Parts: sequence; C-alpha cells; structure tokens
Amino acid sequence: MNSLRRVTRARETGILLAFLLVVIVTTAKNPAFVFSPDGFRDLLVTPMLVLLIAVGEAMVIITRNVDLSVGSVIGLTAYTAGTLFKYTDIPWPLVALIAVAGGAVLGAVNGLLISIAKVPSLVITLGTLYAFRGINVLWTGSNRINSTDIPNDFQGIGTAQLIFIPVITVIAAVVLVLAAWYLRNIRGGREFYAIGSDPDAANLYGLKVGRRVLLAFIVSGTLAGLAGVLYVARYGTVDSQAGSGFELQAVGAAVIGGVAIFGGVGSVWGAAIGAMLLLTINRALPVLGIQDFWQQAVVGALIIGAIVLDRVLALRQARRLTVMEDSA
Amino acid sequence: MTATTPPATGSVSGQRSYPGYGRPFWQRLLLRRESAIIALLVAVILVASASVPHFAAPITYNFLLLDMAPVLLIALPMTLIIITGEIDLSVASAMGLASSIIGLLTQSHWPFPAAAGVALLVGAAGGAVNGILVTRVGLPSLAVTIGTLALYRGLAQGLLGTTAVTSFPTFWTDLATSTLPGTLIPSVTILIVVLAILFGLLLHFTPFGRGIYAIGLSSDAAAFSGVKIQRTKFILFMLAGLVSALAGIFYTLRFGSARGDNATGLELSVIAAVLLGGVSIFGGRGALPGVLAGALLIGVLASALRLAGITSDVINVITGTLLVLSVILTSFLAWVQRTRLSAGRKRRETRGPASS
Repeated sequence: MNSLRRVTRARETGILLAFLLVVIVTTAKNPAFVFSPDGFRDLLVTPMLVLLIAVGEAMVIITRNVDLSVGSVIGLTAYTAGTLFKYTDIPWPLVALIAVAGGAVLGAVNGLLISIAKVPSLVITLGTLYAFRGINVLWTGSNRINSTDIPNDFQGIGTAQLIFIPVITVIAAVVLVLAAWYLRNIRGGREFYAIGSDPDAANLYGLKVGRRVLLAFIVSGTLAGLAGVLYVARYGTVDSQAGSGFELQAVGAAVIGGVAIFGGVGSVWGAAIGAMLLLTINRALPVLGIQDFWQQAVVGALIIGAIVLDRVLALRQARRLTVMEDSA
Repeated sequence: MTATTPPATGSVSGQRSYPGYGRPFWQRLLLRRESAIIALLVAVILVASASVPHFAAPITYNFLLLDMAPVLLIALPMTLIIITGEIDLSVASAMGLASSIIGLLTQSHWPFPAAAGVALLVGAAGGAVNGILVTRVGLPSLAVTIGTLALYRGLAQGLLGTTAVTSFPTFWTDLATSTLPGTLIPSVTILIVVLAILFGLLLHFTPFGRGIYAIGLSSDAAAFSGVKIQRTKFILFMLAGLVSALAGIFYTLRFGSARGDNATGLELSVIAAVLLGGVSIFGGRGALPGVLAGALLIGVLASALRLAGITSDVINVITGTLLVLSVILTSFLAWVQRTRLSAGRKRRETRGPASS
C-alpha cells in the first residue's frame, strides 16, 4: 500500500477532516472564529489541557486499561501549584516541576495498585477519582487561589506567544510529538500495543507487562500534572473543583480519535485530534446558533458515531480479508 | 455457575476438588464477601450509634434512606449488568433526562402520572439504545455508555436549558418525602424493598438469573448451554434505563425541582456501591444482599460523618478508599487462598506415594 493511500485510509484522517469541516463551517458563518487574534488564540489554546490528558489517556487505553482519575489529578496538582505560589517564595519553574512530579506520583499510585494487586484499572481509578478529589476538597475547603496570588511572569505563560503560536500550544505539541514518536518507533512503545492486543500473549512472550502498564499510568499522571500547572497559568483561579469531569473528555477524545477501548489500536495523534474536535465543537455551537446546552448531546452523538464507524470499518476489513483468503 | 460461593478451583491434575464446598454450610455463609460487607455495615452502625451524638435517632435513617434511594434503586439492575461482565455508565444521565422530561411536560400542563409515564418510557428507550449498540452492533459497553452518558445528559440539558421546573403537584412531592404511618421510615423504602425482592428473585432464583452468571463466567460456555446472551443483555440494559428513570422521577419529586443537571455523577456512586458489595468487575460473581449493604455502608458513613461535624466531602475520600481497599483485599485473599491450596496440594503429593 503506497503512502498516499495509507494517509487517506488512516482513521485519524477522518477525524481531522471532521475537525476542519467544523472550523470552516463556523468560520464561514463568523470569520472572527479564526480570523481575529482572540479567535485564533482560543482555537489553539482552549483544547490544549484536554489534549494533554487525552495523550496520556490514549497511552493507558492502548495497554487495555483506563485512567478515570486524571480530572482529580489536575485538581490536586493545580491546587498544589497555587498554594505554593500563595504561601511560599519558591521560583515558579520549581513550583511547576513540583506539581508535575506530584502528578507523576499520583499516577504511580494508580499504576502500582493496578500492576501489583492485579485489579482492573477501571475500579482502581474510579476509587482514586474519588479519593484524590476528596483529599483536594478536604485540603481546599471553600478556599480558592486567585490570580492575585500568582506571580505575573508565570501567568504570562498563559498568554505568551512564540512568534504567533501560543506557548501552551507549543508545550502540548512537543509532548504530543514525543509521545507519538515513542509509541511508533521505540521498542517500549511498541510493547504498549502488544500488551493491549493480548496481555497474556505479551506476558508469555516475555514482555514486562506490569512495568509497562505502570509506566503508562505514570505518563498519564505526569501529563495530568502538567495540565494542572497550565490550568493555573491559563485560568488564574483554582478552587476545589478544578478539572472535575475532565476524565470523560479525555476518554471521549481518545475514543473519537480511534483509540479502541479494548486496547492495542489507535494513536496519540487520533486522541489529540479528537480533543481538538471535541472542544472546538463546544465553541462552534453558539456561533452556529445552537444553544450550548446541546453541546454534550453532540459530544455523545460523536462518540457513538465514532465507535459505530470503527466497528463497521473493522467488519468490512474482516470480510475483505476472508474474501482474499478464499480466492488465494 | 455457583456465583455466591468462592470460585470452585476446578480440577487439579484430573482429580476434581471443590474447596468452596469443603466446609460446613455456616462457614461458607460466613466466609463470603457479602457477609464481610454486611458485618462491616453492622459494625459501623453500632460504632456510630455509640459514639456519634444523634446518629441513633430515627430521623437520621429517614434522611439516609431518602439520600441513598436513587443509588439503592439503580444498584439493582447495575449489579445484574456487571455480573454479565458489562457496565452501564449512562444511568445518572438517564435520571437527568427523565427529570427534564417530567419537568418539561409538567410545565406544559400534562397530568403528572402521564408525564412520569413518558419519562419511564424514555428511560426504557434509552436503555434499549444502549442494549442494541452493545448486543446488535457488538460494541463494548464501556465505550457505548460513555457516549450515551454524554448524549442523555446533553439531551436533558438541551431540553430544559438553565431553567428549573419547580411546579409539581404537592400530592406527588409530599408522597416522595412521606413516611410510613406511625414511623419515620420513608415510603420510598417500600419501592426499594419490592424492587430488591423482584431483582433478587430474578437473579438468584430463575433460569434467567443463572444465565446472567453463566454469561459473566464464560460467554462461550453460556452460549453453548443455550443461554440467550444477546437477549439477556438487552433486557438488562433496558431494565437499567427504566429503573434509572424511576430514580430520576423520585429525585425530582424529592427536591421538587427538575433540572438538566440533576444527579450528575451519581453513576460513580452506584458503581462504587456495587463493587463494594462484592460484585466482580470481571463478571460472574456477586450477590444482591452484598450490594445493598455496600450502598447502605456508603450512606451510613456519610451521615455519621456529617453528624460528627466533619464536612460531607470526606465521604468521597472514604468511598474511594473503601473501593480500592475492597478490591485489593479480594485479590489479597484470593492470593492467600491460592498459596494455602498449593501448599496443601504439595503436602498431599509428598505424602501420597509414602502411604501407598
């Protein structure tokens, strides 16, 4: 199969086209959606937090697991960063590093519980979704971090631009490229797919399944920690509910992007484009004259449409393969 | 298919042994996970009654049952679904949708029973959509119901927008919070008990129920022994939608307010209660009494802590920790049992040749 056909056949292409369609239709209705400084910025910046956790989520799902705790991890790390800003004089790069490391630790907690206790990740991360959020609420109470508590040069990250691309977008793009490169070209990354396709076979083959799954959860936690830090930079205020509900957006973005929920299939590119599509639709609906109350319904319809489409394509592929086998 | 007993650890080198049945009946009864949860529930109630002021008052249980009624109701079909190895994340959204629909219809002057009837039908239809996507199209229920979680919630919010409908007939709102004559037990308890008995009979005493366990333990084996897998799952998803709508109607009446975002996130409490009650997420194992105890345990802890003056948010930490601990404990106990079994087998094997 030549490379052009591979590109047009790729699952990611369809989602990318859908994303471009949304952008073009909305821009035709209101050119300010893209062709204004604010519109362009929002288009690039708004999806980035979900994009980051969707990349981590995709890596976890590819190993046939799921991480429902990412929203709570964002909440905890964002509040950690905010508290350090408010009560200490630690320079902001160090604060950011501490918060990201905190995310990694929370991810490691998930991963260790799952790989050592051999308990399904759905259950563990459902539990830690509650537990992390609960700790956050206990700690935060009704306090909130306000933008006056946060150093200006750190908040500058939320609005700064590199030439004409927002810095947050650059950070997310770097993460995305690194993750995609690792999954595609590095042995460890390929093992993610092997484990997700058939954990038992991967184990028999001698792959260190537990260690890889642990790594996937640490990556997911780290990226959620990074998203938490960027949450502070972008929004400036953090309360005890920061990031709640993000887990479903992350899983939704991955599923829309063609990452199969039972592992082994998909790419972080797909998940990233899925996140762009999801959050851009949110912003496009009001422009198109649809009340944004319907936004979640559209998201749901998209998710279901995407998985039904995947199923139909898979069945057609299977039929074509049997025909080829018969004629051979 | 013996789901309420520990897994029969199959044949050991041609010689069949069922360690689960190697003990007297009372021991098997006591060593089950459901018994552990029920014992924990009783212990927590006793401790709370002794140490938390006002906990023992009947009014506490009144609020506890009213608060937990939706979770208790939806946990019933959810248990059956999880035992088949599937999951339904869309239940809380179905509650919200039912709430929006009765709100909308009451606003346009429909009689309440008719509005509630429509809401129930929509709930069942929503469950049927889940069921068709899972059984006919063959999609994983986790992905499907994440989709319908967003879809049904979106419909609920789209139908009502930000408005809240609060003009319900007082007869019905009073009924939702009423108590049984002469007691402080809320009337909704009757609904819960009746449904719990019905679901208990369905799961534990009918061929349909045995089929549910069979599907969860081995789908292929179940198919070969004549269990109608697709039909069973479809019915279960529809029941989940129906009961969720019922819970949504109760929720609306109890707070006298229909909103699109009613009961957001409740699916997590339901699933936590079911898993806490000893149902295996892999399917094939679990029993209803444990699930009811699991749901009540969450409720009792919440109200005890609230009365003890600790913020109600602590309950999230406790629900989460309990959930994680309970599954880890299960793995740990299974591991202990395995090592003990294999140690025992080694002893027998080394003794075997000597005695012959």
